[in-house]
Amino acid sequence: MKYGPETIGVSLAAFLALLGAAFSGDDSFAAHMWVAFFVLAGGAIMLLRQISFAPAFGPGDDSGYLDGPVRYGTVATMFWGIVGFLVGVLVALQLAYPDLNIEPWFSFGRMRPLHTSAVVFAFGGNALIATSFYVVQRTSNVRLWGGNLAWFVFWGYQFFIVMAATGYLLGITDSREYAEPEWYVDLFLTVVWVAYLLVFLGTILVRKEPHIYVANWFYLSFIVTIAMLHVVNNLAMPVGLLDAKSYSLFAGVQDALTQWWYGHNAVGFFLTAGFLGMMYYFVPKQAERPVYSYRLSIVHFWSLIFLYIWAGPHHLHYTALPDWAQTLGMVFSIMLWMPSWGGMINGLMTLSGAWDKLRTDPIIRMMVMAIAFYGMSTFEGPVMSIKAVNSLSHYTDWTIGHVHSGALGWVGMISFGAIYFLVPKLWGRERLYSLRLVTWHFWLATLGIVVYAAVMWVSGIQQGLMWREYDDQGFLVYSFAESVAAMHPYYVMRVLGGVLYLIGALIMAYNITMTILGYSREEQPIGEAAPAAQPAE
Amino acid sequence: MSEKHIDETTGVETTGHVWDGIRELNNPLPRWWLWTFYLTVIWSVAYTIAYPAWPLISSATSGVLGYSSRAELGKELAAVEEGRAELVAAVADTSLEDILADQELRRFAASAGEAAYMVNCSQCHGSGARGSAGYPNLNDDDWLWGGDIEAIYQTIAHGVRFDGDDATRFSEMPAFGDILSGEEVDQVAAYVFSLMGDPSDQAAADAGAALYADNCAACHGEDAKGLTEFGAPNLADAIWFYGSDERAIAAQIKNPAHGVMPGWQSRLGEVTVKQLAVYVHSLGGGE
Repeated sequence: MKYGPETIGVSLAAFLALLGAAFSGDDSFAAHMWVAFFVLAGGAIMLLRQISFAPAFGPGDDSGYLDGPVRYGTVATMFWGIVGFLVGVLVALQLAYPDLNIEPWFSFGRMRPLHTSAVVFAFGGNALIATSFYVVQRTSNVRLWGGNLAWFVFWGYQFFIVMAATGYLLGITDSREYAEPEWYVDLFLTVVWVAYLLVFLGTILVRKEPHIYVANWFYLSFIVTIAMLHVVNNLAMPVGLLDAKSYSLFAGVQDALTQWWYGHNAVGFFLTAGFLGMMYYFVPKQAERPVYSYRLSIVHFWSLIFLYIWAGPHHLHYTALPDWAQTLGMVFSIMLWMPSWGGMINGLMTLSGAWDKLRTDPIIRMMVMAIAFYGMSTFEGPVMSIKAVNSLSHYTDWTIGHVHSGALGWVGMISFGAIYFLVPKLWGRERLYSLRLVTWHFWLATLGIVVYAAVMWVSGIQQGLMWREYDDQGFLVYSFAESVAAMHPYYVMRVLGGVLYLIGALIMAYNITMTILGYSREEQPIGEAAPAAQPAE
Repeated sequence: MSEKHIDETTGVETTGHVWDGIRELNNPLPRWWLWTFYLTVIWSVAYTIAYPAWPLISSATSGVLGYSSRAELGKELAAVEEGRAELVAAVADTSLEDILADQELRRFAASAGEAAYMVNCSQCHGSGARGSAGYPNLNDDDWLWGGDIEAIYQTIAHGVRFDGDDATRFSEMPAFGDILSGEEVDQVAAYVFSLMGDPSDQAAADAGAALYADNCAACHGEDAKGLTEFGAPNLADAIWFYGSDERAIAAQIKNPAHGVMPGWQSRLGEVTVKQLAVYVHSLGGGE
């Protein structure tokens, strides 16, 4: 039988989920186990019937590399990206029009973690896993280590996403920001992540190149650090083995600091280091230029990962966190400015000698825009960590704008660029279906981000100013509700920014689907003038 | 593989490594980058000397500036309190009537009251104090428990039907569904409605008038203008709490809803409650 052990394993897991559903006294745990059962049973049936996903296996498979999980990962990235952007637009609408909160499943409190996890972990995570598998094979000149373990990483990660997402909607949460899944989902993710680490590290260990390429340093630091953050932040005691609820091992201000140590480094190692790894491979490949400075890459890598891990306390300025920890959080964030910019310099300067490609290659344009947003938000971050600035910006929409210029601008755009690069290669196509559609995507996404970030700056600063507005006798001028009401027009405009970004992603999905299916659109090359009208003779 | 190689475009030497066709130039660190990095490090070290920073075994360095965010907040609060101390003491020592008579004190108390209102009261009464269904409008001159300054003070201080305060305002309209027949309730509702508009059934309203006199007038008054001693609303005007059509009025007669407001004296203290009373009194309906 093909896939014998896999089929038995998935079927056993489905059976265990069924037992969990049957014997649990906790309704939400039982409901969640039913979800797991149906997903796993569906998977087992697919394995039994040996359903083929032929388009996933392109003609490139004689390369000796294991590219199946990369192809699946690319498609999954696109899929979860659109889910995440769509839910983002929905939660933005809920903030502008609270009547759209549909209790209990689709209330803002459940939809918001769905949005953040879908974009960060489902979209970003799949992009990182897929590209890291692609990059580590090419730059190590060896097939992925561990045989089909890479497939387990891919499918295990998708199962984690489904369990996390359905858990949120069912109201199962441990309330730790950006780490909301409950203990049993966390445990499962730990297994998947260790498998990911083994595949990646194993591949590096058996590499046939004398040196480890810089992209792999970043990917590896991302995988190792996320494992550590995930485990420590989620240390918890479950109420029962068949119960969804657990209680954290931390309490009070220690808990707050643990959560932000995790939260900030999820930004630092997931959304920064991981995607820098992506940048270090795809930018030089697409530009066909050498990396600008090897020395800079070493210095900024080590300074970045050393400094980042200490910066978390800047999320807790002016709280019960002791002053000394606030100070350290702030100064480490300031020192982080140049190490972050080292990546920007190396990315942008790699284009020296190839700047003309900006005119003709919308994929390069996308990557450059990503690096520009990276530079912008890694400057904004240290600025916002300064206590005086933070006293205005904290708890306001400014933070939301900052995160989105990083997430939409940097993470989103560099991933789009990487996928546009990857798809023709992975499916053995000569080129993308349409470069002109990439240009459309580029402009829609850029416009969307600019609208989003600008609107959030204005609304955030207005919020901060309204909250601290005193009259000449020292009395507060505005109630909190008034500041909420004042945000309405900005929240409507933010929806517009999000919709533009979503439309761009839909165009991209169409473009890569057509590429995968083997079509290519006949169109005029970009950057060449239309043939001049011939003068009449 | 490790041979040095000169990049043609820039003339810079590479490190000699190649990965999947990617080379690396051997450019030095940009000087401005390096110096800015040094500067941030130097600044950071200086900052940690000036401010509390380095953890020791059971405490942390306190910094040469002696800064503490808690002390800073205390100082700011103290400065504000000191600036207001005289006026706050005056509010505490002056009777409500005299506060209203004193221009400066009245203005101070009203803005203090407004700030307290925004934080504590706007959730139910609205940030413009216009109220909503079940929550009275505080801008008009229709008062359930009286609109002079003392009455407003009493209501804010002790609340309405508030369990936590023995001096709370209390009244409860009986559920007339147990006393009157369904038809009689409709007749009373028609009569009450007729006081401000044309009832759907004039005959019912006429019958309701007698029922009203027997059952309702004791609290709501012969003229239906309400009695603030009992918190009995004025029924003769167009201001309604739980709906203004005959059906809503009948429902309220049958099984009345009773709002609750917490007493604020124990939570906010006497001075703030006085300030709130002056603010609410100033909104336009104060008597």
